[in-house]
Amino acid sequence: MTGASSPGSGLGKRLGNQASILSRFAATVLLTYLGLLAVTFFIGRVIPIDPVLSIVGDRASEELVRQVREDLGLNKPLWDQFLIYIQKVLQGDFGTSILTSNPVMQDIRRAFPATFELATLGILIGAGLGIPLGVWAAVKRGGWVDQSVRVMGLLGYSMPIFWLGLMALVVFYAKLDWVGGPGRIDIAFEYSVPRVSGLLLLDAALAGEWEAMGNAFSHLVLPASLLGYFSLAYISRMTRSFMLNELSQEYVITARAKGISERRIIWNHALRNAMVPLLTVVALSYAHLLEGSVLTETVFAWPGLGLYITNSLQNADMNAVLGGTVIVGSIFIGLNLFTDFLYRVLDPRTRAE
Amino acid sequence: MNTNTMAATGWRDWLMSDAPQSRRQATLGRWYAGWRTFARNRLAVSGLVIVLLLVLLAIFAPVLAPFPPFEGDLVKTRLLPPSTVHWLGTDDQGRDIYSRLLYGSRITLMVVILVAILAAPIGLIVGTVAGYAGGWVDAVLMRVTDIFLAFPRLILALAFVAALGPGIENAVIAIAITSWPPYARIARAETLSIRRADFIASVQLMGASPWRIVTRHIMPLCVSSVIVRVTLDMAGIILTAAGLGFLGLGAQPPMPEWGAMIAAGRQYVLDHWWVAAAPGAAIFLVSLAFNLLGDGLRDALDPKGVK
Amino acid sequence: MRILQRPSLRLSLVCALSLAMLATMAPAQAATPKDTLVVVTAMDDIVTLDPAESFEISAGEIMGNAYDRLVRYDVADPSKLLPDVAKSWTVSADGKTITFEIKDGLKFASGNPLTAEDVAFSLQRAVILGKTPAFILTQFGLNKANVAEKVRASGKTVVFEIDKSYAPTLVLNCLTANVASIVDKKLLMSKEQNGDMGYAWLKTNYAGSGPMKIREWRANEIVTLEKNDSYWGAKSKVNRVIYRHVKEAATQRLLLEKGDADIARNLTPQDLDAVASNKDIKRTSTSKGYVIYLSLNQKHPALSKPEVREAMKYLLDYSAIGQTLIKNIGTIHQNFLPVGLLGASTDNPYKLDVERAKQLLAKAGYPNGFKVTIDMRTVQPYQGITESFQQTAKRAGIEIEIIPGDGKQTLAKYRARTHDIYIGQWGADYWDPHTNADTFARNPNNADDAKDKPLAWRNSWDIPEMTKKSDTAMFERDAAKRRVMYQDIQADFRKTSPFIVVHQINEVAAFRSNLEELKLGPTSDATYMYKVNKR
Repeated sequence: MTGASSPGSGLGKRLGNQASILSRFAATVLLTYLGLLAVTFFIGRVIPIDPVLSIVGDRASEELVRQVREDLGLNKPLWDQFLIYIQKVLQGDFGTSILTSNPVMQDIRRAFPATFELATLGILIGAGLGIPLGVWAAVKRGGWVDQSVRVMGLLGYSMPIFWLGLMALVVFYAKLDWVGGPGRIDIAFEYSVPRVSGLLLLDAALAGEWEAMGNAFSHLVLPASLLGYFSLAYISRMTRSFMLNELSQEYVITARAKGISERRIIWNHALRNAMVPLLTVVALSYAHLLEGSVLTETVFAWPGLGLYITNSLQNADMNAVLGGTVIVGSIFIGLNLFTDFLYRVLDPRTRAE
Repeated sequence: MNTNTMAATGWRDWLMSDAPQSRRQATLGRWYAGWRTFARNRLAVSGLVIVLLLVLLAIFAPVLAPFPPFEGDLVKTRLLPPSTVHWLGTDDQGRDIYSRLLYGSRITLMVVILVAILAAPIGLIVGTVAGYAGGWVDAVLMRVTDIFLAFPRLILALAFVAALGPGIENAVIAIAITSWPPYARIARAETLSIRRADFIASVQLMGASPWRIVTRHIMPLCVSSVIVRVTLDMAGIILTAAGLGFLGLGAQPPMPEWGAMIAAGRQYVLDHWWVAAAPGAAIFLVSLAFNLLGDGLRDALDPKGVK
Repeated sequence: MRILQRPSLRLSLVCALSLAMLATMAPAQAATPKDTLVVVTAMDDIVTLDPAESFEISAGEIMGNAYDRLVRYDVADPSKLLPDVAKSWTVSADGKTITFEIKDGLKFASGNPLTAEDVAFSLQRAVILGKTPAFILTQFGLNKANVAEKVRASGKTVVFEIDKSYAPTLVLNCLTANVASIVDKKLLMSKEQNGDMGYAWLKTNYAGSGPMKIREWRANEIVTLEKNDSYWGAKSKVNRVIYRHVKEAATQRLLLEKGDADIARNLTPQDLDAVASNKDIKRTSTSKGYVIYLSLNQKHPALSKPEVREAMKYLLDYSAIGQTLIKNIGTIHQNFLPVGLLGASTDNPYKLDVERAKQLLAKAGYPNGFKVTIDMRTVQPYQGITESFQQTAKRAGIEIEIIPGDGKQTLAKYRARTHDIYIGQWGADYWDPHTNADTFARNPNNADDAKDKPLAWRNSWDIPEMTKKSDTAMFERDAAKRRVMYQDIQADFRKTSPFIVVHQINEVAAFRSNLEELKLGPTSDATYMYKVNKR
């Protein structure tokens, strides 16, 4: 070994490395947030919607419009407004929504859990079914299994989700009575579950309200299945693609030659390797579901993030839009970092030197 | 054997030769082999046939459409179910849906092709460069990708329309802008997996520049995944255009853009299902066709020759 | 960990879990609680619960059920006024002072007594805060400086002084509006911040005395009203009214058909036709004080020609639209005063007549038509009417380009007068003809920087003569004479205005047949849910 090697210098170097990695990491995350906020902020001033109109309405006098504009601080130069906003954010104040008169974070803390419940159950269904189906399609490549998985997936992906949603409601709710209707919970249970986290399933369980929990689940299952079906198409196709890549590798031929069972090759070797890019796919799907689907939420009267952000945007409620952007942005950044981390754990080839 | 047949077999032999004499012969040979692989895949060919059929329908729409697509009679022909006169029924303004679908195929094809052409290359380049270069290049590119990904898509779309005005062309740009980040992340993930492979190392040893390595060696391997994703996206793109239409950002009425037709048919889903179902089925057919085509292309393009 | 990597096992686990959960719950009970009314409606327009600030339609109904005022109008005969908080009132000879005597023994939901002091405070507060609906009161010469003196309590009476001798019915009808709601002075002052008279607090809270009290408002989700046990009048027949925000009409219909909702408010013409044959569902409808219209910006060279304006009125297929696009939810109406208001005209002279339109266009110098744009909201029935108009106008050579936008975008353009044609709606703020005449038939100042921006101004329609006529009608105390004045204005308006009034809105509610006494009011604040009985 060349070079002086004093005791502890190896450890010191590693710690120093960690510190610099951490600081670089923190810097990039902060920069992303700043970039996100800046662009959204300036977009908010470019879009042709007047937030003042949303508050005062069409009947308001010019005088009132001018006064409200002044009160909202909209007459200051853009840079000033942005700096003031960033200052407040650093103090934890995301401002007040002009539409609901509540602090933005309060609104989001109400809307996000609804979307979270939906998205999480949805991705469990989508990945839980999509990955095995994709593997199956890759293994039985070209056969009828492959084709039907493809067609079924495409059907879910290309059908307008509101059409599918309404049809599902008509069949499973109106005609068959198998699931609960639109809305998160029956009116009868509306005030019987004390709000702790906003996740109805969890809150009901914590309060011991089992009937309410069952009811909330029955309302959740249909929209979540819809979202699951939607992401299943994508996940199964990509699984198939990655699996085909893996199954054509030399190590597979070698493994077969060595007499390893086909099942082990598929599940323990090929799928394990395909997991690396597949994780990106699942994470992306999940992130998209978390962003909230305004159409699903409209059809199912689900008060989630999609409706919140869309409504805020249509009224130029920029505090709410910016707050929503921060949340959605955090989700993507967080999930991306998580998948990057998982790469390094799962695939030695991707580890940096 | 006469000279003609000798010439014919001569061409094929020349293309399929194991020891090509020139780079051009090798390249052409690879294309030919790829075409043969593709042609052997009956489903892929049927996908291609459907796509070509669509293009033909789009071109000859004025000739094929039995009714004018922009005129309808509110009282007499409104919301009629499919019949021998109106094959796919009529919409809420009394217009024949089949005719509107034909005219709309032009717009739809234009939208998906434009978006694919714009978004896929950008994503591919950004992803492979980031994955191969690593370090701060990777960090910067990925942060930019993150910023685009993290944007609620509606905001970007609205901003674009604010800047450029409403209309289907601007909607295309807006959709393309929000479509490329996933391709970049997929390409990057694949690149990360293969950049330490032996054949890359050998090309590096031969002194190839990073740019050459990325374009000539890494990108072709990522292309297949991206193609699969793009073909799957076709349906999503059309439906996103419909979503923008809800905000008044997409096709302007009375344009028979399929997504807009679906959005308009939303009100009538329960009792007049055909208004939204017809364009929905059309979108499904288009995505199926592109999907089959994409799979066929993927198999044909794969240099490893999957069997 | 390894075992969970076996997807087949994972799959079965998920399936098992789902089945288990499905098994534990009973099929959803398809009925609403006996003592609760569940109303499904699109109510994402609520912005505040403060009656001094609130003006949106959805909030209007809530205010009408939760807050009292001096007087209300009789829903069965809107020309009659009924005492609410006021026991009686007298109008002075010169018509400039109205004195109200307040009932005894009234209480707020908070327990505080309701006195003349609260009444005066409420009216003063509305004027001082000066929010959007304040114009309803300030148009009578009240302002921040003089309101404490002009509106004052003395003992058990409240004196209301105005600057001119307006028609008393006009003034009294304005006092039936939500902005004149009586709020709890003691409660509000205890919640005051920085001298805001409780404004910040009342945005999301309740300080009233009506038959129902507001328990909760979760924006875009739910509003819950509860029976007010200390209400001084006939108590509410139901314990709770829950408004659920459901934007999609089809979803509302499914909920109603299944019995998970009692009343659905936004069903489309198709939905209404479909539920007509359902034994469990009934319908009720009322003509509202809202009209939908198209307006032509007079700044456009072609649209400013009187023949062109008239021609356009012949290019709308009124009867087809009436039979299809607005069936059940609207009635063709070509005047700016909705039927039900004093002086409304039911004269609808225009029909689709392409030939006549072409002649008029030729006379104006546009034999081959011209190009023009229309700003349209991508919402029905605006979209349907616009597309139909586009087709029929094309037959006369007028090429209309539709610029879709969402509500706020198009509104901003309209208020800035940068549109060509605009399609929108306008409604009565209080039940007196002046409410619509004020905006359609009055334009005191057509300059770009005018203080007032009535609809006539937004279309650059300069009408000094008609403005004078509308002003005069404001003061006419004889109802019969006043009616004639408005008929006269409307006749002139029909011929010369740049407004193509299309229809008057019918509000329709579909409800479960076990409900009784549901009646929709002509204004949003007159739909009384507390009168509904659930068998």
